[in-house]
Amino acid sequence: MKGRDLLDLADLGADELETVLEAAASMEDVLARRIKKVPTLRGRSLVTLFFEPSTRTRISFELAGKYLSADVVGVNAAAASVQKGESLEDTARTLEAMGVDAVVLRHRAAGAAELLARCLEVPVINAGDGMHAHPTQGLLDLYTVRRRKGELRGLKVAIIGDLEHSRVARSDLIGLTRLGAQVWVAGPATLLPPGLEGLGARVAATVEEALREADVVMALRLQRERQQQGLIPGGEEYARCFGLNRQRLALAKPDALFLHPMPLNRGVEVTSEVADGAQAVLFDQVRAGVAVRMAVLYLLLGGGN
Amino acid sequence: MLREKARIMDAAGMGRALRRMAHEIVEREEPGEELALVGIRRRGVHLARRLQEEVRRLTQREVPLGILDITLYRDDLVDRSPQPEVHRTEVPFPVEGRRLVLVDDVLYTGRTVRAALDALVDLGRPRRVELAVLVDRGHRELPIRPDYVGKNVPTAAEEIVEVRLPEVDGGVEEVVLVERPAQ
Repeated sequence: MKGRDLLDLADLGADELETVLEAAASMEDVLARRIKKVPTLRGRSLVTLFFEPSTRTRISFELAGKYLSADVVGVNAAAASVQKGESLEDTARTLEAMGVDAVVLRHRAAGAAELLARCLEVPVINAGDGMHAHPTQGLLDLYTVRRRKGELRGLKVAIIGDLEHSRVARSDLIGLTRLGAQVWVAGPATLLPPGLEGLGARVAATVEEALREADVVMALRLQRERQQQGLIPGGEEYARCFGLNRQRLALAKPDALFLHPMPLNRGVEVTSEVADGAQAVLFDQVRAGVAVRMAVLYLLLGGGN
Repeated sequence: MLREKARIMDAAGMGRALRRMAHEIVEREEPGEELALVGIRRRGVHLARRLQEEVRRLTQREVPLGILDITLYRDDLVDRSPQPEVHRTEVPFPVEGRRLVLVDDVLYTGRTVRAALDALVDLGRPRRVELAVLVDRGHRELPIRPDYVGKNVPTAAEEIVEVRLPEVDGGVEEVVLVERPAQ
């Protein structure tokens, strides 16, 4: 994978997904040590370019780079010359001229990472582009589930909520089906885009159908900032019809895992009881995020020709 | 095609060498010291297991065994193709204050051992670290020397020393000298 970009999980075959997950397991071991640093990417530099607000993903990438000894620079795009009207291409060329070895990009426009990748020789890692893809979130969810369940093949995974605006759901769906899980989706009809079956999902008529006997339940964040067109009636009604509560989660297998990409809208897509409950693995996901990003950085930047 | 030039050790010879190395390791034990073996992936791990078995026969003691993956510590990652796979380091005991014996199959430039030492000290601070290798073939590029050697083998740079182990390679157990194909 050396030298490649990571734009979308659709670009990775099942064996490559496995390679990333295997490497992430070694990285998680490094995270558990007293000295959480290995010299692997010494002398390489990484820029994180975030045009959309993010704490978790950005910190996670930056720590991943630092734990591998890369030099990491975070660009606060709100304060950058982008605000002075510089194009993404010019920003990219500037970074390249400074000798950057990889760029992590978060942007509100779908396809922004691909555009950047076309102007840059060095690897571009997509940290979320509009409603398109968020590959490292997909990888960390795969890792979290695999670590708890041993294998993804044959698992029933229910993804509940706003599929329309969710780049996370799209990346999860691609990764999970590619590794043999059976993915069911459910949510408000106005937020279920066409084409989900084409990605390998089974669209359930009701939330209950999707949840029944599931091994893994993922609730998506209701993206209020993307809900101006009145596609849903409001938080309370959303919670009543689609929110994950104890009764609904009980339809899944007793040992089902509960995942959420965070941040949480407590009381909307999930109750606190579920989010803080024994089946929730939200902080496993966060930890896995650092490990899989270390794995991705190693595989794209470290070694091989 | 690699041309096999000579067989350096056969299974019996390897067994004798490992037995002698285990004796030496035990002899140099100081009172109050806690010994552990650490094999460098991959072949070093299997050789460390054999040494562990020999030490058990000698002393009726089970010394702990760790596995070190040095991929993340290599200094030649940029030049290596294909990209080395990362495997897990499994050292299930605290290295703090212990006497550790690093085990590898062939000692050559010393760069692997350098990386292994870096990896080890990131796990803690051992009291001392020694090095055991089945074959020392010379051509060091770093100031590193082994404490326990199965066999010293003078080699030319274009030769390769192959340690074949049934656990890794299937087939017979032997050490052979092969000629690197002309580029």
